[in-house]
Amino acid sequence: MCAAVRTEADLSNRGEGMTTTGAVPAVAAKPRAAIGEKTLRRDRWWVAPALTVTGLVAWLAYGMVRVFSQANYYVAEHHYLTPFYSPCTSTGCLPEAAHFGRFTPDHPLVPYAALSLPFLLLFRLTCYYYRKAYYRSFWLSPPACAVPDRRPRYTGETRFPLVFQNLHRYAFYAAVLISLVNTYDAVIAFDGERGLGIGLGNLVLATNVVMLWIYTLSCHSCRHVFAGRLRTFSQHPVRYRWWLLVSKLNTRHMEWAWITLGTLALTDAYVMSVSAGWITDLRFVN
Amino acid sequence: MHTRTFQIWRGDVHDGGLADYQVEVNEGEVVLDVIHRLQATQAPDLACRWNCKAGKCGSCSVEINGRPRLACMTRMSTFEPDATVTVTPLRSFPVIRDLVTDVSYNYTKARETPAFAPPPELAPGQYRMQQRDVQRSQEFRKCIECFLCQTVCHVVRDHDENKPAFAGPRLFIRAAELSMHPLDDRTDRAAHAAREQGIGYCNITKCCTEVCPEHIRITDNAIIPMKERVADRRYDPLVWLGRRILRRDQMVEQYVSSTAATPTGSGHWTPAPLAGAFEQALEVPPPQAAPVGPDGKLPLSETLLDRAGAASPFGDDVSFPVPAEDLRYVHPDSV
Repeated sequence: MCAAVRTEADLSNRGEGMTTTGAVPAVAAKPRAAIGEKTLRRDRWWVAPALTVTGLVAWLAYGMVRVFSQANYYVAEHHYLTPFYSPCTSTGCLPEAAHFGRFTPDHPLVPYAALSLPFLLLFRLTCYYYRKAYYRSFWLSPPACAVPDRRPRYTGETRFPLVFQNLHRYAFYAAVLISLVNTYDAVIAFDGERGLGIGLGNLVLATNVVMLWIYTLSCHSCRHVFAGRLRTFSQHPVRYRWWLLVSKLNTRHMEWAWITLGTLALTDAYVMSVSAGWITDLRFVN
Repeated sequence: MHTRTFQIWRGDVHDGGLADYQVEVNEGEVVLDVIHRLQATQAPDLACRWNCKAGKCGSCSVEINGRPRLACMTRMSTFEPDATVTVTPLRSFPVIRDLVTDVSYNYTKARETPAFAPPPELAPGQYRMQQRDVQRSQEFRKCIECFLCQTVCHVVRDHDENKPAFAGPRLFIRAAELSMHPLDDRTDRAAHAAREQGIGYCNITKCCTEVCPEHIRITDNAIIPMKERVADRRYDPLVWLGRRILRRDQMVEQYVSSTAATPTGSGHWTPAPLAGAFEQALEVPPPQAAPVGPDGKLPLSETLLDRAGAASPFGDDVSFPVPAEDLRYVHPDSV
């Protein structure tokens, strides 16, 4: 104890003879409070991670089945192409569905959209929201606030491979390009057999694209690269206004992340159902 | 009025445990009120830190039912009518006694963070900043230093060995505040955050944001922007290439130049001349050095300082009111 007092006093160089602080507690040697329970939380803190695991596993299972089924991805009559197969570049693609050529190998283990899906997966894997989601629910690091993570060591994102989370902005750039492709798909789907055609499928595709754009633009890296890195907004009024917009979207990044998972699956399910002939597309115009 | 069961951790560095109390609770009370009633009636030796009872001083940080909270801002009406309320000290810091912990870890980390670096070409009084340029930093100034974010962060809460390398969310918002400050002269805030503060340890699970009583969006507005700034410097070859090709110095804005003002031989410091009506060749006193000890650090407490009160941010030789003829201000309407 005395040694610690001297250390504290030496630190300020004015502690000798001071009586106002009394006995300064020894800082380094003191343990934490002896609390036996790992957590004293009594609420159902496990619900959120459990829901996250359920939602993500279900979506991934559906996505894997669809991506590797390599069927029912295009409605030739209405030009509906599911986003899971866009851009369809495999040599196994239907010629009319391949808007950008067919050059990737046709193999059961190679997705038809081999140029976009890995980057979209990377975009979501390195997304700041999804990182929170899977660090909590899959890694249990921590499973919930004030609940211990039960790992002997923790180095965060300072070491390989998690240090590559810092490359999120490149996945964002790729996601912007892929969103452009999805937009192209949604636009040409309005080209019906007799000119402009609008069906329920068009609305589904368009809604999905709008949501994808909102999710992509609400990205934290987008917020940073467009204007967040600036130190003086007043010198860049246009970028500042863009930053304000992105910041508004960014507050709901988690919601957009889940909404787009939903719209992607729904869009794919709709195109698959129409393509397989399980349902017929509800047409409004032509 | 009704009686409620409270479990409060009692003990010190040697041992301790949860003690049960039956205590009276009235409508409209907060947890701190009940703790004070316990002190007044049953446990006069119960140690508890508190001050303002208004959620502004950040003293009464404890863990209530396992969650870091301010005792003065936790209403008793938020609990189930018959539920037991558990109050324990902050788990991440060494305990002193009962509900009082030693939070000096946070002060040590604060002292390791370089302070605001004044722009050398501007004297105090010449700073001009637009609201839109300072609004991001202003959010972080709401921090009351309750250290709830520091105690809930699992990087140090579950791994005490990370404390030397990790500064914690409170210091990350300080780094972000200075990094986004339009007049801060340092350009190495991101590098400091990466190397000295260990921002890479943060895996953005957002618990700091969840517990902040001032509702500062610590993760979205401070930690992630700082991580992105670190990525600018360390992990983004495109940014590096763009700066080289396009000469985009904006990314590390040198808002001020360190060559614009130099100390003169007389010991007085001549700032760069002001534009327009502010152009006056006044000499201003040089900024005084902070009263640091031989270790280069300020004393931890005012009680250890050799002068009354805290050191003046304006320099200890400046007395107020400043003579009007010395002011570097001209009213725009009177020119």
